[in-house]
Amino acid sequence: MFLLRRFTSFFTVIFGVLLLTFLLIHVVPGDPVEVMLGESASMADREALRTELGLDQPLLQQFGSYLSKLGHGDFGHSIHTKSPIIDLVKTRYPATVKLALLSLLIGLVIGIPMGIYAALKASHWQDFVVTIVSVRLSAMPAFWLGPVLMLIFAVWLGWLPVSGMESNTSIILPAITLGFGLSAILTRMTRTSLLEVLNDDYIRTARAKGLSERVVILRHALRAALLPIITIVGLQMGSLLAGTVITETIFSWDGIGRLLVESIEKRDYPVTQACVLVVALSYVVVNLCTDILYKLADPRVRDSGIRTVS
Amino acid sequence: MKFFSYSILVCWLLAVLAGYLLQLNPNTIDLNVILHGPSIEHWFGADDLGRDILARILDGVEVSLVVALTVTLITMLIGILVGMLAGFYGGKADAALMQVTDIFLAFPGILLAIAFAAVLGPGLSNLILALCLTGWVSYARLTRGQTMSLRNRQHVQAAESLGAGVPRLMFRHILPLMTSVLVVEATYSLASVMIAEASLSFLGLGIQSPNASWGAMLRDGVRFMLVAPHYVLIVGACLMSLILAINLGGDYLRDKLDVKRETE
Repeated sequence: MFLLRRFTSFFTVIFGVLLLTFLLIHVVPGDPVEVMLGESASMADREALRTELGLDQPLLQQFGSYLSKLGHGDFGHSIHTKSPIIDLVKTRYPATVKLALLSLLIGLVIGIPMGIYAALKASHWQDFVVTIVSVRLSAMPAFWLGPVLMLIFAVWLGWLPVSGMESNTSIILPAITLGFGLSAILTRMTRTSLLEVLNDDYIRTARAKGLSERVVILRHALRAALLPIITIVGLQMGSLLAGTVITETIFSWDGIGRLLVESIEKRDYPVTQACVLVVALSYVVVNLCTDILYKLADPRVRDSGIRTVS
Repeated sequence: MKFFSYSILVCWLLAVLAGYLLQLNPNTIDLNVILHGPSIEHWFGADDLGRDILARILDGVEVSLVVALTVTLITMLIGILVGMLAGFYGGKADAALMQVTDIFLAFPGILLAIAFAAVLGPGLSNLILALCLTGWVSYARLTRGQTMSLRNRQHVQAAESLGAGVPRLMFRHILPLMTSVLVVEATYSLASVMIAEASLSFLGLGIQSPNASWGAMLRDGVRFMLVAPHYVLIVGACLMSLILAINLGGDYLRDKLDVKRETE
């Protein structure tokens, strides 16, 4: 029942996302063809592009053919390079996924231990420091953290490459830039969620059984406390994906975010449209997976088959 | 922390005021000081055209605050109206609204604002429009939830049975009870709109040269980072300090007004 409802809303949202990205090109003030090609373009070129984009047809029909083209994996052609957009996306998308996954890993590796530490030191000064730092660092935008990291580690210390993606170490700085905010949020969530669990009866039982504190925390408390973390990670994947736009621009990382910015600069709107669509769809799919994973991971839901309020 | 937050805010207010009184010229080009570091004449150094960075920062903070206030105000008005109607009446309209907000929220972060700003073209009014188009959703959801829970309070039902009309119920009996939640939310959103504005300007989608904007300054700073690291560091530090101060102010209001936020 839960799955059915979740899938229905999944498909309506997908439909809405498609509709909104489709409408994007119609928001362009004036004639989109003229904006894209510039005023000096010949009449014939304009008409050709208008026909290719289907802008001469009724809106509903345009949307229909847009959907059917997408269904066949056809994103149209780039106005600038004339190459099929699907090829551009295919070369750029993996770089973004790689970056996002590494940032996620960094976020988890820093965030969860810090959260545990803060929870164990609750209301000591260590907890206070960790909390203040994590609450406020999560608001640190990439265009500030990125340059600072670049200055310190690439320019002054010379340990890592400044930008580009030639060497294997190029990914480290952009990944830290992206993962940092995530780690701060995870620290906060792990702390809160662990503190809630630590007062439960079964933790007292575990301690009373004479289990070592290490086992109590890691095996008993953390397992329950990590459940809400799944949801947070899923939700944060969104800001991670959006964050790639700026981070990739700063570090010249050739992912989908940079492709988006480049296409905007060249007024290559079909590419812009495709990038926005791909990022949004990834986010929707990640969210769906998170939801399902969460339901599967929670034994209260898995075993009873009843949807509990989470 | 409270003191810290206030002092930063007061410093910024004084700085903006001083900028007015001193009539600094953010657009004066001096080719002799291009990318020079901080000095007595130019406290924060000069940018790639030899313009005074301090003057441009003070010019930029005004724009930033104007955008943040305008966007917050507009999105709040739209969000409150839509959210209250949906929460009050419920039913099909409400379900449809939730569907629409779901779709808007399917675009992560500022992606949709980037997309709108890209097709609308650069400029201050388009920047505000792009941020408004995407910003009203969270207010609508917040207001809807609040309205639904307040709708069944006894005082609302009492007023209803005494014959109060819908507008009176909504604006006299329900809205006042959620002001504190909205005020706290608005404070935080000031900060996030400022970040969004800086992000869009950083990508070249916001305020255009020669007008000063922190995002555009950061972009130039990154470009000239190797020769003039002070540029990006100073502008970034200014932005961070202001955002930190606003967020801490939000924390203070939240505790003072005893508001529990859903996201925490």
